[in-house]
Amino acid sequence: MSTPPIYQSTNLPKTRSAAWRSFRIATWLGWQIESNWTDPILFAIYSMLKPLASAAILVVMYGVITNGQFENPIFPYIYLGNAFYIYVGAVMTGVSWAVIDDREHYRTLKYIYVAPIRLPAYWLGRGVARFLTGSFAVFITLAAGVLFLHVPFHPARVDWPLFLLSLMLGVVMLALMGLVLASISLMIAHHFFLIGEAVAGALYLLSGAIFPLEVLPPWLRPLGFAMPITYWLELIRRSLLGDLARGFPTLSGFNNGQLLGILTGLSVLFGLLAAVTYRLCDLQAREKGLIDQTTNY
Amino acid sequence: MSADLAIETQNLGRIYTIRNRRERRIRKEVVALRDVNLQIPRGELFGLLGPNGAGKTTLIKILTTLLAPTTGWARVAGFDVVREPHKIRPRINMVSGGEASGYGLLTVRENLWMFAQFYGLPSREANRRIEELLRRIGLADRIHTKSSDLSTGLRQKMNIVRGFLTDPEILFLDEPTLGLDVNAARDVRRFIREWMDAHPDRTVLLTTHYMVEADELCDRVAIISQGRVLACDSPEALKRRLQRDALFDIEITAPNGLTSSMLEALPGVRKAVLTDADGGARLSLILAADSALPGVIHVLTERAVQVRHLTKREPTLEDVFVELVGRPLAEEEVADGQ
Repeated sequence: MSTPPIYQSTNLPKTRSAAWRSFRIATWLGWQIESNWTDPILFAIYSMLKPLASAAILVVMYGVITNGQFENPIFPYIYLGNAFYIYVGAVMTGVSWAVIDDREHYRTLKYIYVAPIRLPAYWLGRGVARFLTGSFAVFITLAAGVLFLHVPFHPARVDWPLFLLSLMLGVVMLALMGLVLASISLMIAHHFFLIGEAVAGALYLLSGAIFPLEVLPPWLRPLGFAMPITYWLELIRRSLLGDLARGFPTLSGFNNGQLLGILTGLSVLFGLLAAVTYRLCDLQAREKGLIDQTTNY
Repeated sequence: MSADLAIETQNLGRIYTIRNRRERRIRKEVVALRDVNLQIPRGELFGLLGPNGAGKTTLIKILTTLLAPTTGWARVAGFDVVREPHKIRPRINMVSGGEASGYGLLTVRENLWMFAQFYGLPSREANRRIEELLRRIGLADRIHTKSSDLSTGLRQKMNIVRGFLTDPEILFLDEPTLGLDVNAARDVRRFIREWMDAHPDRTVLLTTHYMVEADELCDRVAIISQGRVLACDSPEALKRRLQRDALFDIEITAPNGLTSSMLEALPGVRKAVLTDADGGARLSLILAADSALPGVIHVLTERAVQVRHLTKREPTLEDVFVELVGRPLAEEEVADGQ
C-alpha cells in the first residue's frame, strides 16, 4: 500500500527576495548564537565588563604616561577613537567569522552553500548580532567615559544628523570590509579563524584611532589615509566633540562634506572590492574543493 | 539532453592536486573520478555503490555544486553545474551521513525551520512539514530538544529530515545510514522508500557502501571503484550476470598456505575469495559450473584442509562487486586505508 503524500506543494515561493531572506534568517541565527551561549545574566555582565576592561587598560596607560592629564583634548580624542573602534573588530569579525564557524564548528557551510541563498547577504546577516553587542559595548564605554572620566559630551552640542549619517556609513563600510575577509576565509583554514580581529588589530595603529597619523613614520601614513576607517573616526569625533575635534592636524584641511564624500567613495570602492573578491574566492574555493574543507584544528 | 533526465554526466573527472606542506613545488595528483558517464531519469532512486575513497562523495560534491569538475560536464535538472549553479540549488538538497552537523544551541525544530526558511518555505508550512517528517522518522518526541543534546544517530536523523523538508526535485544522500545502529538504519531506509513511493516524480541519488542498502532501496546501481564506474544496472540485472555461475560458500579449517590465486588457477574457478572466520576460514567461490567444485575440493584435501560446511547460494551484489573489482568491498576499504 502506498503512503499518502507528505505534502502537496512542490514549488518553492519565488516572490521573496533571496538576498533579504538570507539576511533575515542569518540575523536571527547570529543572534541565537551570540546571545545563547550562556545564561542571560552572565551574558549581560560579560557584555558590560568586557568593553570596560578594554577601556580601562587604555585609560590607565594614558594616566601613567601623561601624569593624569585627563583634561587635555588628546584624552577625548583617544577615548572616543578607542570606543568606536570596537565596531571595527565587532562588525568585521562578525561577518567573516561566520564562514569558519559554519564550516569548522557547526559543519553546516556546505548545506548553506547549496541552499538557494545569497551568501554575502547571509554573512552580512550573521554580522548583525555582533554589531548589536558591539553597539552595547560602545554605549557602555562612552557612558563610563562621560560619567567617570569627564569625557566632554553635551547632547545639545552634538551634531546628531552628522553622527547618525557617519555611523551608518561607517557600519556599511565595515561590513563591506568584513565581506572581503569572509570571501578570503572561504580559501583558508581554521587557524586563521580570527582574521577579522587580526585585521582590526593591524588597522588600529593605522587609522588614527588612538593617535594622529602624523605620529606614524612617513612611509606608513599613506596606508592610514587610504583606510576609510580614518575618515569615519574623524567624522564621529567631529560630530560628538565639535570644535574640540577640529584641533587635531591629520584631517584639518577637510570639511565635513569632503570627509563624508571620501568615506562614501572609499566605501563604494570596498563594495566593489568585496564583490570581486567574493566572485574570485568562490570560484577558487569550488575549483580546489575548499567549501566544506574541515581541518579539525 | 532529454527533459526526463534528472542527472546527466559526460566524461566527468576530478583530479585533486595535493601540495607538499614543506616544499610547495612538490605536487601530487590524485584522481578521484575519471570518465564518469551517467544518465539518471527523473523518478529514479539511483545508488552509487563502492568502498570509501571510490569517488562517491566527490561525484555528489560536483553534482551539488560544491566542487568543480576537472574534466567533462554534468547537468542537474537540466542545468550545468559549473555555469548555472544558482538554477540548480533551489531544486536540490543534500544530506551527508556520519557527521554531527547542525547548530547545537538551536532545538531540532529551530534547526529545521531555519533551513526551510533558506528555501523560502512559509513558516506555517515549514512547521507542518517538520512535525510530519519528524513523526515519520521517529523523532517527534525530540522536537524541542537542543540538537547538542541529541545522540549522533538522532542528529543524523534530524539532518535526514532537513534534506527532505524542502521537497527537492533531486535529493543527494551521501551514506545516509553511516554510523547508525541497525534499527535506526532500517528506519531511515523505510523512510526513504516511503518518500519515494509518495513522490514518484522525485529523484534520489544515494551513495552507500552497504550492499543490502543498495539492493533493498535502489532502482539502479552503479558500482564504482577507484573513480571509475564499472557497471550500472538494476540490482536484479547485475545479479543476473552471475546467475549462470555457480556460487558456493565453504567454511574450512585453517588454510595451511592455501591462497585465492591457487584456486583461481583451477579450470572453471572464476573468482575465489578467502577470508578469516572463527577458528578457520571462509571460502567464497564463483565457479563457471558446478563441475568445477571437485577440483577445488581436491586441492583442499591435498593441503589437509577440512570442509566444515558447504552452501550453494544465489548471487548477491557483493558477488557482483567481487566479480568486477576482484576483491570484496570490505577488503577494498582496507586496501584504500593502507
